[in-house]
Amino acid sequence: MELDVSILSRIQFAFTVSFHIIFPSITIGLATLIAIWEGLWLKTGNPQYLQLAKFWIKPFAITFGMGVVSGIVLSYEFGTNFSKFSEIAGAVLGPLMAYEVLTAFFLEAGFLGVMLFGWQRVSAKMHFFATVTVAIGTWISAFWIIAANSWMQTPQGHQIVDGKFEVVSWLEVIFNPSMPYRLVHMLLAALITATFVVMATHAWYLRKGQHKEFGRKGLSMMLWFALVLTPLQAWVGDLHGLNVKEHQPVKLAAMEGIWAEKEANVPLLLFALPDMKAEENHYEVAVPGVASLILTHDWHGELQGLKSVPAADRPNVPLVFFSFRIMVGLGLLMIGVAVLGAYLRWRGTLYQSNWFLWPVSFMAPTGVIAVLAGWYVVEIGRQPWIIYGLVRTSEIVSPLPAERVLFSLTLFVLTYSLLFGVYLYFMRKLIKKGPAPIEHLEQQRIGVKASGYALSFTKALATDIDPSTTKGAN
Amino acid sequence: MELELSLELFYLLLLGFAILMYVLLDGFDLGMGILYPWFDTDVEHDHLMRSIAHVWDGNETWLVFGGVILFGAFPAAYASIASTFYLPIMLMLIGLIFRGVAFEYRFKSDTSKKYWNTAFAIGSSLAAFCQGLMLGTLVQGVPADFIHQSSFSWLSPFSLFCGLAVMAGYALLACCYLVMKSRGELQQKAARYGQRLLLIVMLSMLLVSLWTVWIEPEIRARWFGGWHALWLIPLPLLSVLAARLLFRDLGRVNRSHKAELPVQERHEERPFWLASGLFLLAFVGLLVSVFPYLLPRQLTYMEAAAPDSSLIFMLPGIFIFVPLICAYTLWGYKIFAGKVEDYQEGY
Repeated sequence: MELDVSILSRIQFAFTVSFHIIFPSITIGLATLIAIWEGLWLKTGNPQYLQLAKFWIKPFAITFGMGVVSGIVLSYEFGTNFSKFSEIAGAVLGPLMAYEVLTAFFLEAGFLGVMLFGWQRVSAKMHFFATVTVAIGTWISAFWIIAANSWMQTPQGHQIVDGKFEVVSWLEVIFNPSMPYRLVHMLLAALITATFVVMATHAWYLRKGQHKEFGRKGLSMMLWFALVLTPLQAWVGDLHGLNVKEHQPVKLAAMEGIWAEKEANVPLLLFALPDMKAEENHYEVAVPGVASLILTHDWHGELQGLKSVPAADRPNVPLVFFSFRIMVGLGLLMIGVAVLGAYLRWRGTLYQSNWFLWPVSFMAPTGVIAVLAGWYVVEIGRQPWIIYGLVRTSEIVSPLPAERVLFSLTLFVLTYSLLFGVYLYFMRKLIKKGPAPIEHLEQQRIGVKASGYALSFTKALATDIDPSTTKGAN
Repeated sequence: MELELSLELFYLLLLGFAILMYVLLDGFDLGMGILYPWFDTDVEHDHLMRSIAHVWDGNETWLVFGGVILFGAFPAAYASIASTFYLPIMLMLIGLIFRGVAFEYRFKSDTSKKYWNTAFAIGSSLAAFCQGLMLGTLVQGVPADFIHQSSFSWLSPFSLFCGLAVMAGYALLACCYLVMKSRGELQQKAARYGQRLLLIVMLSMLLVSLWTVWIEPEIRARWFGGWHALWLIPLPLLSVLAARLLFRDLGRVNRSHKAELPVQERHEERPFWLASGLFLLAFVGLLVSVFPYLLPRQLTYMEAAAPDSSLIFMLPGIFIFVPLICAYTLWGYKIFAGKVEDYQEGY
């Protein structure tokens, strides 16, 4: 079989970007949670909040590290594998990413050092400031990268001169029609992802009967968060869907499995096997009229189908169709958990209900999987276009020798598989080790009241007390 | 050659600034990994890692910044350079991945520490080597009649030599950084290695200079045509002067540990600034050689530039945020100023 460099480059990008998105979708939310805990600790003086912040900062640190190293790859892959794309769209996307680096990456990196290592060197308020800055940095970063991605979905504000994109209005480029929806949807998704990572861990402690107070505090907070965030996300997701209907009708048709050129009374497909050759679905399990109702707010509403465009302009329907169902399914599951948790809390049996805690303790990856599935809908659904309706993905791949791309792809698969295993191993190790005891953290409090004192205090600790104390600090 | 003040020139200078910052900051950072095998105890390795654990992420961000400035301001150059250097870039990225995660995992490991040591040392060395390789190729130029993406033009004796030279340079920076951040035996060791590396670096710089002048008539004309040599002579002179001073400083640190010299007479911070100065001079020399090309003798910065709408859009961001970034980066270094302590700090 002849190796196709276009396919290889696309597989490599899909693989590396999928791997990357796992980590920011956890750290955006986790940084926010840590900032909230630290703020609550400063406000109330309750050491439980400090315990939460100091425990979760470790998983945060390794997750953030993974995000950084896998992210650098992406900033170069546009040029290495998609050189023509960089050349024609660089004037639009490059500046957006430059702003991302200027306003977010440096900010995160600059204050991360203080957040992780500065406990004994700055005051508690300064440390809180550093944590908040890191959290805000992650949000700003999301803003720019979503702006860039959304422009590729719903481009506007540009003109094409000699085959290259030039910007006419930056406001229109940044605030393109799909950007606000995608941004809010993604930020909520990140918060929910972190919420479930934390929730699952704390449920696990409770189920195992370890660190009970710590377990309860975390689980309780996360269930409240989930109760607010998950229904909100469903609502925002619905708005986002309406936006897709308006601007990318073919993607929507693939999500819903609609083939006819125009269809009224569109059923909601719970299951189906879309067949791209026969241009129809097999084994449909459908609820009549509901898709029309959701998307047009009318039982008889009309939707555009896949056959309205030539076969060459359609995305891979089964992939989009199933990814969408996985995302929505997991979303509904998370809403269910939040509501059930609230009910159990009202009944007063939440912390004893092992039948509830047991499945919840396995739900750490649900958010991540939903995020990945969601992005597959976005990205595969945009195909065959790289810039929707304007530039085809097949036209912009670097003319590299295929074996070089195969070589790098192999390297990435090996490296990332190894690192993912390592990441899970260390996450498990940190979680099994559990939080530092509150008494130990009280020492921290002495330290942060006077930053100059703190350093000498820690030095004294290190020399006087047994080495296990110092080892435990990391 | 005419030099016109323009937006494009501003971005070329900004790109130069980003690359220089990257080379200096990630230079000592990667250099720590290159030096790693020459230190053998766990305590020493801990010390090396701790001296940079809080800054490596920020340092590496300059690489991303350089990349996106190239992408945003000179898309055509970004596209052709990145795809021409496909394999070295990929290997560099893999190297950066392994050395980057080593920071987190090494401190949290019990049994797997030795693997993270290896990952850190090899990853850092690989990344530095690939950067030197690309630098060498850029100076030497990519033959115009080649199809870039499928050529192996980046693999030549000259580029390989540059790869090794950059490794030596980064290791020198790391030695000087260590002199600043450590005390006792470790500091002495760093000063001793620093002296040897300095000799290697100076010889490499000389060799690279002669080599480029010899193989590239255009570079020869740039340096020796007309009165150019007279204007440019300060560059090599200052380099030799800085190197001389640096060598003496490092020697003093070494001797003060042997009690041959009073401690007050040693400079602990100056070596790092001298080494940085040496890098700056080499960098200016490089600019003199390749200006106005981004891809030598094929693509100038004017040809590669993005339309004005993009260049103007980035300006406010640059004027507001670059000074801000420099300020808080400096603040971060200040907070962790002084020697690395032998106890575990942090989260």
